[in-house]
Amino acid sequence: MHLAGQNLWGLDPLSLSRWQFGLTTVYHFLFVPLTIGMVLLVAIMQTAWVRTNDEKWLKLTKLFGKLFLINFAMGVVTGIVQEFQFGMNWSDYSRFVGDVFGAPLAMEGLLAFFFEATFIGVWIFGWGRLSKKVHLMTIWVTAFGVWMSAYFILAANAFMQHPVGFDINVAKNRAELTDIGAVLTNIVALNQFPHTITASIMFAGGVMIAVSAYHLKRKQYLDSMYTGLRFGLWSALLGGIGTVISGDGLGLAMVQTQPMKMAAAEALYRTSTGYNASFSLFSWGTPDGTSEIFSVRVPYLLSFLSTHTLNGTVEGLNDLQAQYVHLYGAGNYMPVIWLTYWSFRWMIGLGMLAMLVAVVGLILTRKGRVNLPTWTWNLSIWAAPLGLLAISIGWLFTEMGRQPWLVFSLMKTADGVSPGITALDVLISIVVFTVIYGVLAVVEFKILRAAIDAGPDVLVAEEHTDADQLTVAY
Amino acid sequence: MALNHIWFLIVGFLFIGYFVLDGFDFGVGMSLPFLGKDDTDRRVLINTIGPVWDLNETWVIVAGASLFASFPEWYASLFSGFYLALLLILAALIARGVAFEYRGKGDTARWRKTFDWMIVVGSALPSLLWGVAFANIVAGVPLNAQHVYTGTLFTLLNPYGLLGGLTTLSVFFLHGLVFITLKTDGEIKDRARALAKKVGYAATLIAASFLLWTLFAHFSLLGAVLTVVAALALVGAQLANFARRDGQAFALMVVTIVGAVGALFAALYPNVLPSSTDAAYSLTIDNASSSQYTLSVMTWVAAIMIPFVLAYQSWTYWVFRKRVSRKSIPAGSH
Repeated sequence: MHLAGQNLWGLDPLSLSRWQFGLTTVYHFLFVPLTIGMVLLVAIMQTAWVRTNDEKWLKLTKLFGKLFLINFAMGVVTGIVQEFQFGMNWSDYSRFVGDVFGAPLAMEGLLAFFFEATFIGVWIFGWGRLSKKVHLMTIWVTAFGVWMSAYFILAANAFMQHPVGFDINVAKNRAELTDIGAVLTNIVALNQFPHTITASIMFAGGVMIAVSAYHLKRKQYLDSMYTGLRFGLWSALLGGIGTVISGDGLGLAMVQTQPMKMAAAEALYRTSTGYNASFSLFSWGTPDGTSEIFSVRVPYLLSFLSTHTLNGTVEGLNDLQAQYVHLYGAGNYMPVIWLTYWSFRWMIGLGMLAMLVAVVGLILTRKGRVNLPTWTWNLSIWAAPLGLLAISIGWLFTEMGRQPWLVFSLMKTADGVSPGITALDVLISIVVFTVIYGVLAVVEFKILRAAIDAGPDVLVAEEHTDADQLTVAY
Repeated sequence: MALNHIWFLIVGFLFIGYFVLDGFDFGVGMSLPFLGKDDTDRRVLINTIGPVWDLNETWVIVAGASLFASFPEWYASLFSGFYLALLLILAALIARGVAFEYRGKGDTARWRKTFDWMIVVGSALPSLLWGVAFANIVAGVPLNAQHVYTGTLFTLLNPYGLLGGLTTLSVFFLHGLVFITLKTDGEIKDRARALAKKVGYAATLIAASFLLWTLFAHFSLLGAVLTVVAALALVGAQLANFARRDGQAFALMVVTIVGAVGALFAALYPNVLPSSTDAAYSLTIDNASSSQYTLSVMTWVAAIMIPFVLAYQSWTYWVFRKRVSRKSIPAGSH
């Protein structure tokens, strides 16, 4: 009995695998940004403590270090699923690009991941067993590992957006690596990396703001939490500014490498220049998605975003479609326009809101002011997910905007799925992952909430009784 | 020696490293219901691996990624073919990983009991399934001309595969128990030693029959040597355990696992995934590997990084070399 490739209740392995990859990736990346951003903030706070010997920095390091760790474990266990899925669900993709794509993944493992996993263990259990300076070093080494890890993964992803440094081996029907330097300095990776890092710092800042606000609202731990609040506000603002600047660079790289994605981001059907290359704040198209009915537009802005000149030319969807048919054969080369268009706007809008919270917060709480009305504290607590939402939606834009390609210009998504798996297999795995991930989300939230509730002082008190044990850190 | 053959060795080395390291984590996890009389005991047991299980588990990620980079065809056929088996392993590893972290965060006995069972099952299931998977890799699985697996989950559950699973299950259990005798003190250490005796007999019997079966089916001189080394080390580990030489017993368990997994890779060579449908469809080191350029880049990375990784991971073990005992668990902590 062999069911490979067969459908089940109208579901096929391809669309199920796409859903599974989408769900598990979005879920995985709920944890990654906090890891990337918070590891830096914790390292800075611990440095401040070692430098000044001021206990409030120790309290902050411990509290946010704990949140960082709770979150880190989730990133690790959900990350294994990501690596396995390339082979499990996308084996034809793995066969086709493994020679190129596998290299940055293996480098990530050997160069970065071992690093972070090892040193984070030492950091967790090293309180009191290592000298202050050596212990401080371990968090910086962890941060270095986390960031390198992010770079290699983004380089692998960049190959899918803009393949470079390879040749096609026709006999073996696969892409083969010819220049590892080109893969690691892919223009998309070089721009995606600072964008990811800064957005993550912005979000980590948002979390610090929310946690500090939570305690300040209750008028407790005022000293350490006010410092935490200001530190979070500055991190969110600086991270946000960095996100805007790096996003601009990424946009230019995108126009250069994947013009169809930019055209879809703008729902720009006809190639436009200068005044006509306007940025629409709102747009409504015909149901078949080939033309526009109504929109609200800022003239010149799209031209400026895409080319950094006021009278640049931006290629439209219809022209690109015609070009691609000519280049790659008959087919629909447009991504889902409404999704790409709106995800691009929501990403920017939510990111801007997160920055606005930081700016307003910095003004309201300057010079030690913490006597604010409760609703302002509540607002800043509820604003915490803004940065994360912007990041998730930004990835949806990046990956959905790449469709119908799996690897731009080389392989379509439909051609990458594993030929041997059945719809039932994937349905089982989707259900298993959804149930496990769902339960974990609830437990995770509960534990984070409890750690936040407990406040910064408990952890520091534990420090003195526990120096010699391997107990409470987890 | 051609680079792809070197990479066969590196992939073998990484999996051996994974089984040696996560093997005792699995064993400790499985020991909870047998050795843990109360919460403090279970806390002691978990703390023996607390600082290291995470980095031990990263070996499988690195092994998998290295397999992907050096043998994309092998990775693609293996991971898509063993779909449901790997799903079970993933689910178990997730459950175990979060359970380590979450069990101490709740106040009720029921909360801790739930997570303790997740640790037990999350340790036993991968121990069993990794053995099933590797036995099937050695024996060969139905692959068609495109190297696509045409069997089901149940194809893997054949007698040889199941014996392989029981081998890893029992050997990892023993490995964990010996590790506990090395890392703890007092009554719990005595209980671990007594249990290790019993498990040791079973593990020796099961592992010996599995390795002999492997050797007869895929004879090679290296395989024979490694099988003998593994068998002697396993017997030696038990004698050392009887003699209360904990360090020696643990070292010999490491040799056992290196020898046994090494013997499997020797049996596999020069195939990486034989086809039981038609030998012509088999994946071999030569037809499954990456291009020469990719392999040379990766060889540089591995040659520089692996010694470095071994050095700083050894340092971690040195930092946490102290024994864990009931006295080190503060009252009221779980």
